[in-house]
Amino acid sequence: MEGVCMDVLMLSRLQFAVATYFHFLFVPLTLGLSILLAIMETRYVITKDIEYQSMAKFWGKIFLINFVIGIVTGITLEFQFGTNWSRYSRFVGDIFGSLLAIEATAAFFLESTFIAVWALGWKRLSPKAHALTIWLVAIASNLSALWIIIANSWMQHPVGFVIRNGRAELTDFLAVITQKFAILAVLHTLGAAYVLTGFFVMGISAYHILKKQHTSFFIKSFRLALTMAFTFSLFVVAEGHLHGADLAEKQPSKLAALESNWETTDHAPFYLFLIPDAEHEQNLLQFGRIPSLLSVIVFHDPNATMPGLKDFPKANRPPLGLTFFSFRFMVLLGFIFILFTLICWVKRNRLESSPGLLKLILYSIPLPYLACTLGWTVSEVGRQPWIVYGVMRTSHAVSPIATPQVALSILAFIVVYSFLGVVAFSLMAKHAKKGPEPLTPVIT
Amino acid sequence: MLETIWFILWGILWAIYFALDGFDLGLGTTMPLLAKNEADKRIMYNAQYPYWDGNEVWLITAGGVTFAAFPTTYAVLFSSFYSALMLILFALIFRAVSFEFRGKIDKPAWRMLWDIAMVMGSFLPALLLGVAFANIFRGIPIDGEGIYHGNILTLLNPYGLAGGILFLVLFCLHGSLWLTIKAEGELHQRATVLAKKLWLALVVIAGLFLLATGFFTQLYQNYLKSPILFIIPLATVASLLLVRVFIKKQAWWKAWSASSGTIVGVTLFGIVGLYPNLLPSSINPSYSLTIFNSASSPLTLKIMLGIALVFVPIIIIYQSWVYNFFKDKVREHDVAHEEHY
Repeated sequence: MEGVCMDVLMLSRLQFAVATYFHFLFVPLTLGLSILLAIMETRYVITKDIEYQSMAKFWGKIFLINFVIGIVTGITLEFQFGTNWSRYSRFVGDIFGSLLAIEATAAFFLESTFIAVWALGWKRLSPKAHALTIWLVAIASNLSALWIIIANSWMQHPVGFVIRNGRAELTDFLAVITQKFAILAVLHTLGAAYVLTGFFVMGISAYHILKKQHTSFFIKSFRLALTMAFTFSLFVVAEGHLHGADLAEKQPSKLAALESNWETTDHAPFYLFLIPDAEHEQNLLQFGRIPSLLSVIVFHDPNATMPGLKDFPKANRPPLGLTFFSFRFMVLLGFIFILFTLICWVKRNRLESSPGLLKLILYSIPLPYLACTLGWTVSEVGRQPWIVYGVMRTSHAVSPIATPQVALSILAFIVVYSFLGVVAFSLMAKHAKKGPEPLTPVIT
Repeated sequence: MLETIWFILWGILWAIYFALDGFDLGLGTTMPLLAKNEADKRIMYNAQYPYWDGNEVWLITAGGVTFAAFPTTYAVLFSSFYSALMLILFALIFRAVSFEFRGKIDKPAWRMLWDIAMVMGSFLPALLLGVAFANIFRGIPIDGEGIYHGNILTLLNPYGLAGGILFLVLFCLHGSLWLTIKAEGELHQRATVLAKKLWLALVVIAGLFLLATGFFTQLYQNYLKSPILFIIPLATVASLLLVRVFIKKQAWWKAWSASSGTIVGVTLFGIVGLYPNLLPSSINPSYSLTIFNSASSPLTLKIMLGIALVFVPIIIIYQSWVYNFFKDKVREHDVAHEEHY
């Protein structure tokens, strides 16, 4: 029986990972592009420059393909808490369930209802009213993300509850929705989404500028996206930095794993390069030692004490290699984004004569997707072995169900999602390459 | 008291979901019967495009509210119905993406692929939601720990299947009536003819289902205890009869409204009979999940009630606005325009 449960546990974890990673390939672009579209349409309303409307239409088509995949893959996540994590759902429904229900009523309804009005409303609505609908979609999508991240933050750092009647019961709703951990996580996630959107729009624009087609259209798009990408590349790294000291207090085992720091010590050194060795509780390889730097990075104080992995029993440590490397690469990418967007900013007025830069930006489109994926790995794998940090273990959360049906469903997820992913990205690429429609609308 | 209020809200949310998504699932299912050419198909896609997403959020909300208000029921119900739910979810995914994907490549085989996705993606949820709710009415084999002793085939018992067929026919009728509102000419005529046939079939199936309910479930106990409650099934039957009256009068919006009323009535009939159970156990009544042993804490129920009382009316207002905004018929020359799907 124990063996059966282990299989269900591993398969359910894998299935949730597949479903979430896939979902989050589409969410960030929805969050950021909805705002860019709203800005384009607002500019059209203010300046009457038809090119902005044409921009909103062109990027809007890509947006709609992306949007629908985000919607439908989100539903499977909500329902998986019940299907695969029923013990978790019973234990935390009082708090976690209500946050999901609030997300649906307060945000998700709004975006799902007005997306169609926007998509079909170009002729039926005045430009102002039409711009308003995309603002509603943008605000609702971002609010939707806010509620989901608040729910996730409660799993990371549970507050405002008491264990009663064999479950976590809410005692302080405000504490749950206003805790610092949630605020930081929301800002980080939204910031990352805007970086991804910026790079996406810049990359496709670069393709057309390189080909010398629709140049004015795509230079405008590029500059708008660049402002977003540059601002939020700086923001995400600076804001991400603030998480360090917060983690030390709230998730010390995750922090120790992020840096592969074994001994709890003040004046903790930073290694430019290291390979962790979880089994022997040491680092297989480490060099580029900078004394006290780790304490300084995390706490802004060389005398501050950095938690070490050895403080935690082996059973309470997260998978080290995955957490560590995901974190390192995510941070590295964060700095690369600042560098790339800085160069673009410097050359923003002579983009056409910078083909090398444009090519670089075109091929950078996947990088923010990778960074987001690594970020969620840091967040979720780094939280292990807990599903609710310090309160409930992931292994105690899984449903009492038979292995074959989970094996079958994960297979279905992999096949269906791969297919959908290929189709969605191919259609987005096809439309992106085709470029904008002629300015005068075709009436048949 | 709070638990009872949430039980009623829970029932209403599911009823609204069935009444709204019911017509687009019905439209998708009946497409092979009604659409004779590409233009017909595009009208049928466009007749539901502006609504499907907003309608489906009622499912997410009904699911979310089950999670928030009755977490134990959410946990046991969703894990017990594992395979059936997964099928519904995958079907809904294929259905939803077909709106966006179908028109993007102009090849008959490509369009046919997404037509199949639309039809199967509508048929399966319509059927399986009925199967699921009939099984909830009947009770499922769960033990004292909330562990389910069965599989997907356990759900396909005669009463479960009857529920599935009932929902399927209800939704198909609902969808055809929606098409009578949205379409003109021959398509409108075909939808009218089909609606009449489905109505007859529904009368027979609904009658059998009511009988079977007495035979297989405990639902009538609440009604026998307080006969005033019989007003619900009576109003449902009246609503069903009105559907036919309005079809005869060619009052399509009214016919559709009456079929919405029928769907709401069928749902509430079952749910009122269930009270105070949420998920009866067929092994032992004492293992049943009720509003008392599976509700959230009073604080959560109060907060959620506040949120529901504020937001649900707002949602109803703006969704009504959108329904009104797109109230016109979908015409052939409209769908030729590139904005349409």
